[in-house]
Amino acid sequence: MRPTVHLLSEELIERIVAEARDLLCTLGVEIHNPGVLELLHGHGARIDAAAQRAFFTPDIIDRSLESAPHGFKLYDSLGQEAVDLSGDRTNYTPGSAAITILDHGADRSRRPAAADYVRYAKLMCGLPNLASQSTAFIPQDVPEKIQDSYRLYLSLGFCEKPVVTGCFTVEAFELMKDLQLAVRGSAEALAARPLTIFSCCPTAPIKWSDVTSQNVVDCARFGIPVEYISMPLSGFMAPVTMVGSLIQHTAETLSGVAISQLTRPGTPVLYGGSPAVFDVRYETTPMGDIGTMMIDCAYNEIGKSLGLPTQAYIGLSDAKLLDAQAGFESAAGALLAALSGINNCSGSGMLDFESCFSLEKLVLDNEICGSALHLLRGITPKEDFPARARFEEMLAEGHLLISAHTRRHLRQEHYLPGPVIDRANKSRWAEEGGKTLGERARAEVERLVAAHRPVRLDSGVKQQLTRLMNAAALRAGIDRLPVSI
Amino acid sequence: MDLLTRLSESLQGGDADQVAELTRQALAAGLAPKPILDQGLIAGMTVVGDRFKAHEIFLPDVLLAAKAMYAGLDLLRPLLAKAGVATGGRVVIGTVRGDLHDIGKNLVAIMLRGAGLEVIDLGKDVAPERFVAAAQEHGAQVIGMSALLTTTMPVMRQVVDLCRERGLYGKVKLIVGGAPLSAEYAREIGADAYCFDGVNAVDVVKRYLGTA
Repeated sequence: MRPTVHLLSEELIERIVAEARDLLCTLGVEIHNPGVLELLHGHGARIDAAAQRAFFTPDIIDRSLESAPHGFKLYDSLGQEAVDLSGDRTNYTPGSAAITILDHGADRSRRPAAADYVRYAKLMCGLPNLASQSTAFIPQDVPEKIQDSYRLYLSLGFCEKPVVTGCFTVEAFELMKDLQLAVRGSAEALAARPLTIFSCCPTAPIKWSDVTSQNVVDCARFGIPVEYISMPLSGFMAPVTMVGSLIQHTAETLSGVAISQLTRPGTPVLYGGSPAVFDVRYETTPMGDIGTMMIDCAYNEIGKSLGLPTQAYIGLSDAKLLDAQAGFESAAGALLAALSGINNCSGSGMLDFESCFSLEKLVLDNEICGSALHLLRGITPKEDFPARARFEEMLAEGHLLISAHTRRHLRQEHYLPGPVIDRANKSRWAEEGGKTLGERARAEVERLVAAHRPVRLDSGVKQQLTRLMNAAALRAGIDRLPVSI
Repeated sequence: MDLLTRLSESLQGGDADQVAELTRQALAAGLAPKPILDQGLIAGMTVVGDRFKAHEIFLPDVLLAAKAMYAGLDLLRPLLAKAGVATGGRVVIGTVRGDLHDIGKNLVAIMLRGAGLEVIDLGKDVAPERFVAAAQEHGAQVIGMSALLTTTMPVMRQVVDLCRERGLYGKVKLIVGGAPLSAEYAREIGADAYCFDGVNAVDVVKRYLGTA
């Protein structure tokens, strides 16, 4: 039996969805993109061009929900299945687009560079509980125009896992799509075996910018999966009540689903988000707040009720350092996400809301995610009935350590974390250096980075990726990238 | 792959039958018992200990390897004795008086035997007098004491004091282990070492015997 947690009744879900649909049809959606307004108009939406508003119809919403897939899979750069985003399967991926990085032992974060990103991508290869990589932070030693695409280039160059990513501009999509086509070989192959998910964010309340709505359209044209990152801020840019925030989240996300599905029916999408309660003391958006996590888990239930796979920014922390708060908030989020059945959980490695990345925290979070995934396996009998023979064996032998039953089931029944989690008795811990969590995580980062093996993409593909990236770098005003694959 | 390497690898895999068979083959091929012990069995156990410490394998793997070691050692021991070759040392071990918890002690005994040592296991609820008498009777180089209860830990000090009385202190190494024990407590009562787990106990004993 899979353990689960539920926060909403079916009746409450129905009322929330009904209110959201009503908002879309009567209040409308502000969309700063003439092409998207035209698209919606073509499918029956009333448009107020002056106010840049589209008033949806129930039919648009119904048809969009009908054509959206109930789940999909991601494939690594070699074309192997890597992530199943369907049913109640939970997967973890790092947080995205941090602007700073925290070094081990430092008490202040700094701006990350390409070399940091390479270490991150190499590290990702050795973290089995994170099924996909993300473009986790933004290298600051390349021009802004290529910061988004350069992350994807480095990710593809140093790690085979699929990538959760996104564009900062409309123009960047072309290159980021071409990088993927270089890996897959054709648009058909890319659509058949998606390599990335693009995060596309509506703006609270119930708006789409030109860039993000265009990204949704562009991804749909190529069958590239999209996760909608609706961000209602409860009590600030959303009603203070959780139900009110959920109504807003539902409206924003349904509007994104419609843009995708009207562009290309069947485009894979994730019913995602990054909502937060608004902390009225510090004017911040705490991702480690239990209320934030409750909204995440609740909209996951709404998404599932609509038949859609889901995503959330959860399992991350507002702490500035790798401390007890970081562990508490990350573990609480990762466990709740697992129990809720959120399909793609973004957040590992992230500190300081969603703005600082830590490689050491990523290693710790990999263990948190491993523990959560173990929890999801639940409890099932394994040669346990009848029980008497096992107990007779224990009485005869004095223990069951080398019992065949133990050896058959040990590695499935027990989760054995890596060395970042301290399980030694105190004397052994002391003999092995008496290391703090940070020191153990640091050692594990170094070990895994050193163990990295080159990605197995054909050299011709790597050269093509580099040709595409070099050309973009030249257009952006630099003749040499800090790191090439 | 030569015979002794195969023997070492079979031991690492915990295959007692194969270890016995390869030991017989090595003897039949004319190899002396000592190199079979050192380059086959002990070499294999050394790898097992190192891999356990590196978290590559776990306690069940170590115990299986130790049992496989017995299978080879049982064949070699009479021949080694006949040739006058010492088999590594002798350890008296037991859970102290008043304490009936012997699982940890049993694991340590298995691992010490697996390391090629001779172990005289006195069982549980062992009085100080029996530890000392057994050490004298068998000429043991090490006495190992185990306790799980904080209430029985003071018995260890009694064993240490009795060793002083009988003139064994300093000649026989006194090691202690068990969940409530610590290096500090071992120092406090005058024991030579605290061992935090079975593999550590093997390392400590081998160090005392000069075979590490």
